[in-house]
Amino acid sequence: MSATTLSYGGNGSNGNHLDYLHSPKKYKGIFNWIFSTDHKKIGILYLISMLTFFAVGVTLGFLMRLELIAPGKTIMDPQTYNQIFTLHGVIMIFLFIIPGLPAVFGNFFLPIMIGAKDVAFPRLNLFSWWLFVTGGLVALISLFLPGGPADTGWTFYIPYSVRTSTNVIPALIGAFILGFSSILTGLNFITTIHRLRAPGMSWFKMPLFAWSLYATGWVQILATPIVGITLLLVAIERWFGVGIFDPALGGDPILYQHLFWIYSHPAVYIMILPAMGVISEIIPVFSRRTIFGYKFIAFSSMAIALFGSLVWAHHMFTVGMSGTAMWLFSLLTFLVAIPSAIKVFNWVATLYKGSIELEPPMLFALSFIFNFTIGGFTGLMQGALALNIHIHDTYFIVGHFHYVMFGGTGFGIFAALHHWFPKMFGKMYNKKVAKISWLFLFIGFQLLYFPMFVMGYLGMPRRYYDYLPDFHIYHFISTIGSWILITGLIIMFTNLILALKKGEKAAANPWGGVTLEWTIPSPPIHENFEKIPVVEKEPYDYSHYEQVIEEAKN
Amino acid sequence: MAEASVNTHLHRDDVGAKIGMWLFLFTELILFGGMFLVYAVYRFTYRDFFALASKELDVFIGLINTLVLLTSSLTMAMSITALRKDNKKLSLLFLGSTIFFAFLFLVNKYFEWSAKFQHGLFPGSNELLSLPKGEIIYFGLYYVMTGLHAIHVIIGLVILLFMFVYIMKGKVNKDYYIMLENSGLYWHLVDIIWIFLFPLFYLIH
Ligand code: HEM
Ligand SMILES: [Cu+2]
Repeated sequence: MSATTLSYGGNGSNGNHLDYLHSPKKYKGIFNWIFSTDHKKIGILYLISMLTFFAVGVTLGFLMRLELIAPGKTIMDPQTYNQIFTLHGVIMIFLFIIPGLPAVFGNFFLPIMIGAKDVAFPRLNLFSWWLFVTGGLVALISLFLPGGPADTGWTFYIPYSVRTSTNVIPALIGAFILGFSSILTGLNFITTIHRLRAPGMSWFKMPLFAWSLYATGWVQILATPIVGITLLLVAIERWFGVGIFDPALGGDPILYQHLFWIYSHPAVYIMILPAMGVISEIIPVFSRRTIFGYKFIAFSSMAIALFGSLVWAHHMFTVGMSGTAMWLFSLLTFLVAIPSAIKVFNWVATLYKGSIELEPPMLFALSFIFNFTIGGFTGLMQGALALNIHIHDTYFIVGHFHYVMFGGTGFGIFAALHHWFPKMFGKMYNKKVAKISWLFLFIGFQLLYFPMFVMGYLGMPRRYYDYLPDFHIYHFISTIGSWILITGLIIMFTNLILALKKGEKAAANPWGGVTLEWTIPSPPIHENFEKIPVVEKEPYDYSHYEQVIEEAKN
Repeated sequence: MAEASVNTHLHRDDVGAKIGMWLFLFTELILFGGMFLVYAVYRFTYRDFFALASKELDVFIGLINTLVLLTSSLTMAMSITALRKDNKKLSLLFLGSTIFFAFLFLVNKYFEWSAKFQHGLFPGSNELLSLPKGEIIYFGLYYVMTGLHAIHVIIGLVILLFMFVYIMKGKVNKDYYIMLENSGLYWHLVDIIWIFLFPLFYLIH
């Protein structure tokens, strides 16, 4: 970054420019937001809607855990339990973890980090948000229709999803619309990265978060249409009884599973890659060191996206595939672990000998690495054929995907939130409270999900509302864990909301970062840069760190 | 600096718009790709029944529709060329023909489907359910795939109508025709997908 770009990175003063929250408005009140094509405002729209859905999802998770606190019926009947875990899964996957990082932080920061004024298609961007909200509402409508929400699980396995009398169609159509929204976001980001990088920002000067969004974008546009058509087929099956998946009419339910997982396995990389990108941003900032192995990290994102698309059938080892197919998919599954491990090694190498500062974003980032390592390792265990048969559809799986999705990406979202909050809103939160909330979240998380590995290994099946007394102790600890975790969530969000109102004014560069977003005022002005910057340095070059800090001070 | 702060800068990037459109066309291809995959699997499983059932389709109507769509692709391309040469009237004329052909395709499709319905061949009908499973699947796929394609024709039709109005109003013109080009790309996609559907359902026995 050249000196010219740094020269206006003052302490949050905007010169003669209004920040994006106060720039001249075309519409008043809420319309100023929901009709805005400013990528920053759209990012915040996503943030608000996503967190609202998240709150609903957490409440459902809390209710499930309450039911499971003791053997026998506690607070709900089996049917309700089935519907709740389905809705919980659908919300958490399609409305929280998939859109979380790209749609919120990608929207807000991608253009800024590559030195652009906006994304390539601002109006399409707004349209994606509208689709997102519509899809979410369509999915939730089933709560209020007679018959209630679907009870199929978020995977909508056939033939049950065609036979059940609950409202499967709204969930399917909702997911379809959400998929469309996700495709448009990916398409927008890819074009943005190709077309709008600032002068001097070559591919290998691009921040790693941008790289991860680029890889994610490709997965989004190449994998999502398949699940789109698959879910649509289930809806058509329900409406017209076409027979494509229905064994009674000659169809093949296993075909459904293949099509579903051809998307849904790559989808886990839509969930995890951007989180890895965030971690790659945070680690160098809080260890004051250039990231170790920049190119390896960038390429491993692409490698994960590529190889990750070839391993879907490891979800189906028990359905009866040929032996060859089984060992092949097992082998491929092991292979994808390599690029992921490369990333972890590079982060650890960066931390090594860095001067580490345990600020809140860093704490969340480190817990990401911790949780993701456990989640990834247990994933490998499932990739092994023999073990897979033993733990298939047990709580081991539930433990694994919560470690990856929530412990990984979820904590990645919290890390991003704490890292970029001062930039987004120009306010600083109470760091001490943030650390306390982190402690609750971390401990609560381990208590909530670690016992699941144990009970799963011992044979506790998933998606059951009742269990044998043998498993009581594990479920009990897990439920207590959920209370601690939720306490952590409440503290965290209260802290952030209070900061919006009463927080201290944040500096332009509170953490001492060297990527472009830290060179502009907090909050950013309407079109991000007064003058498009000319990029000269590597993205994590800390050799001019003293200068950056000096600039940020005055 | 003061000028730079005016918030109304117009962003125009025709190459970017093209890239975006191509990426979108990829996703459409993959969407249909999923269907083609399903078709392939069942064709493999129910070879003979597929051959039998496909005799029910009217090759003649299918052929007409193929010709209609191919011609419409041609007029579409000519409309773009005409606009680039600043011949607005000719461009509108060609675009109008494309729209007409799109409409014709749908009318044809309507008669084709109605005839099938009259024979009791529609999903869930007793007639169809009494057939062997392979044939049920064949007709299921036939309705889903040509139906999905028809929906794309309708979307394309609406887009083309918008383009017609835009050209008339001069919003799309000799210096700014990327929207028309992108609509053309979309229309070619609709055409190409039909080129695959036609032999798969009507011709191979
Ligand atoms: C307070 C937080 C949470 C609690 C207490 C919780 C609890 C649970 C429970 C008890 C189940 C049912 C397991 C079974 O019976 O098989 C479940 C399933 C699930 N959870 Fe969570 N969860 C939480 C957060 C999350 C998050 C953040 C995500 C996603 C990022 C998530 C994704 C899922 C998914 C995908 C399922 C599977 C649903 C299915 O089996 O169809 N959960 N969760
Ligand atoms: Cu998988």
